[in-house]
Amino acid sequence: MNIVVLVKQVPDSGLARRLDEQLRVDRNGANNVMGELDEYAVEAALQLKEAHGGEVTVVTVGPDQASDTVRKTLAMGADKAVHVVDDAIAGSDALATSKILAAALGRLEYDLIVAGAESTDSGMGVMPHLLAARLGVPAATGVRKIELDGDGIKVEHQRDNGYDVLTASLPAIVSVWDTINTPRYSSLKGIMAAKRKPVETLSLSDLGIDPSEVGAGAAATEVRSATDRPERTAGQIVADEGEGGRALAEFLAVEKFI
Amino acid sequence: MADILVYVPNSGKSAAETLTLGRSLGQVSAVAFDDSAASLAAEYGAAKVYRVTAEGADDYFVDPKASVLIDLAGRVGPDAFLLPGTDEGRALVARLAVALDSGFLTDVSGLDAEGTATQDIFAGATVTTSKITKGINLATVKPGAVNAEPAPAEPETEAVDAAVAETDKRVKIAERVDEPAGDRPGLAEADVVVSGGRGVGSAEDFALIERVADALGGAVGASRAATDAGYYPHKFQVGQTGTTVSPQLYVAAGISGAIQHRAGMQTSRVIVAVNKDVDAPIFGMSDFGVVGDLFQVLPQALEEIEKRK
Ligand SMILES: Cc1cc2nc3c(=O)[nH]c(=O)nc-3n(C[C@H](O)[C@H](O)[C@H](O)COP(=O)(O)OP(=O)(O)OC[C@H]3O[C@@H](n4cnc5c(N)ncnc54)[C@H](O)[C@@H]3O)c2cc1C
Repeated sequence: MNIVVLVKQVPDSGLARRLDEQLRVDRNGANNVMGELDEYAVEAALQLKEAHGGEVTVVTVGPDQASDTVRKTLAMGADKAVHVVDDAIAGSDALATSKILAAALGRLEYDLIVAGAESTDSGMGVMPHLLAARLGVPAATGVRKIELDGDGIKVEHQRDNGYDVLTASLPAIVSVWDTINTPRYSSLKGIMAAKRKPVETLSLSDLGIDPSEVGAGAAATEVRSATDRPERTAGQIVADEGEGGRALAEFLAVEKFI
Repeated sequence: MADILVYVPNSGKSAAETLTLGRSLGQVSAVAFDDSAASLAAEYGAAKVYRVTAEGADDYFVDPKASVLIDLAGRVGPDAFLLPGTDEGRALVARLAVALDSGFLTDVSGLDAEGTATQDIFAGATVTTSKITKGINLATVKPGAVNAEPAPAEPETEAVDAAVAETDKRVKIAERVDEPAGDRPGLAEADVVVSGGRGVGSAEDFALIERVADALGGAVGASRAATDAGYYPHKFQVGQTGTTVSPQLYVAAGISGAIQHRAGMQTSRVIVAVNKDVDAPIFGMSDFGVVGDLFQVLPQALEEIEKRK
């Protein structure tokens, strides 16, 4: 089974993040990491490969430094990677990025494409369905379990008040939540082996995409302003010296919650 | 007047909010696949309802509805198309964007008649304004961001009969498993949410969190550390990868306030924390905090609440 995993390098969501002067996500900070949910996608792909055989290929679109993220996936156990990098890509919106990814996927053979349910920078959660529309491949998204089922897959799509069991034919696209597994750490052996694994670097022209079709100039949405929300500040903090519960109830009463 | 299409999936709160935002922009035509959605559209001021019958559509994931919405958008040519910012809404907006070759925005917290949208990014730390520069104003509306206001109307109804195409039958919903929330209000809709974290320490002790929630008429939430540890079911997780809540009152007990947790609750009106660590980040954003052991503080608070009721 050929599995492709889509990953994206993002600024660490645990640290302060900002937009740069051009109102784009500032990716120049040192704190770039693999999209936190993408780790679960890599793990899901590796588990499927371990159970059923096949090959795991990682695909990413991003600047040079995204090669750190690519290396991390290879160290976890992915077999090879495709990294699309081109200066003209900077400032691309989700539509343009999906065009680039669709072209990169079009050069690969795959039975299953696995992605994180959303990136942890933009958090849009739309890429799998943008790709489904472009590639004409069915998408079963937001899942917490993936199994092979005859010639297809069976997944559990998570919702607020339960879940749906979905079955789909292959090839298909799935996206995963962090409930699906516990991503492995890369071993030293994995880190060493990653250095010898093939990474194909592609430009827009390799994909037959004209630079004018992507990037900031082609974006169909435009950020006009960005303001930092004033941070919430601490109100009244009391130490419990035997009356903390009553003080809490008093506060709730003053605020008319009781 | 601008023509606004609104996808109304059900009679839920986020559908009502999306209709309310749509109404502020122009004349709303609602797309409803069942009667409860159609009556919600009437209650929230739709001028027209496309009442779609698509035999079998409910047996498949996303695709049949995407096809209906794409067809309608092509036929109606709206100025804006709004969908609730649920997982389904995000899937559908992506399908519409490619089909209509239109820009789109997700999780907008506001949108004005000029097409300027506001969004919260970076877990709510930054607010942006954006504009779609190509296509129609296609967007999903962030749940809880708009105040739903009824405006009863008697919409014109147009029946739409749609057949489900074979290519839309590739992802089948084989089984629906509902895990009812019981008597408590739904997490996303509740006015009061009482959440427990790792500090609660066990599944049994979550009963204390439930009692506080019940005393305040609220829903129970949990941090990911608590759901990961199996103290409480995952569907109650609040945060970046759980539910986003925006209640009048949020009580965090035994929760440190990690950024991924804050992402799901920081727009709550009033935040109250109980934590034994005076340096827990949750205190920095709380209107009221008690530094202490939740097993001392909450039972005493409960007793006092019962007394005052
Ligand atoms: C991709 C990603 C997504 C994530 N998504 C989410 C998400 O959606 N939601 C979420 O919540 N987290 C999420 N997290 C996890 C997040 O980073 C934190 O690990 C998590 O929120 C911590 O939960 P906690 O506050 O309960 O636990 P801890 O951080 O361990 O805090 C426990 C707190 O309880 C206090 N405490 C202990 N005992 C007591 C007592 N007896 N009385 C009072 N206080 C006590 C301690 O002082 C401490 O402050 C995500 C992480 C990642 C990487």
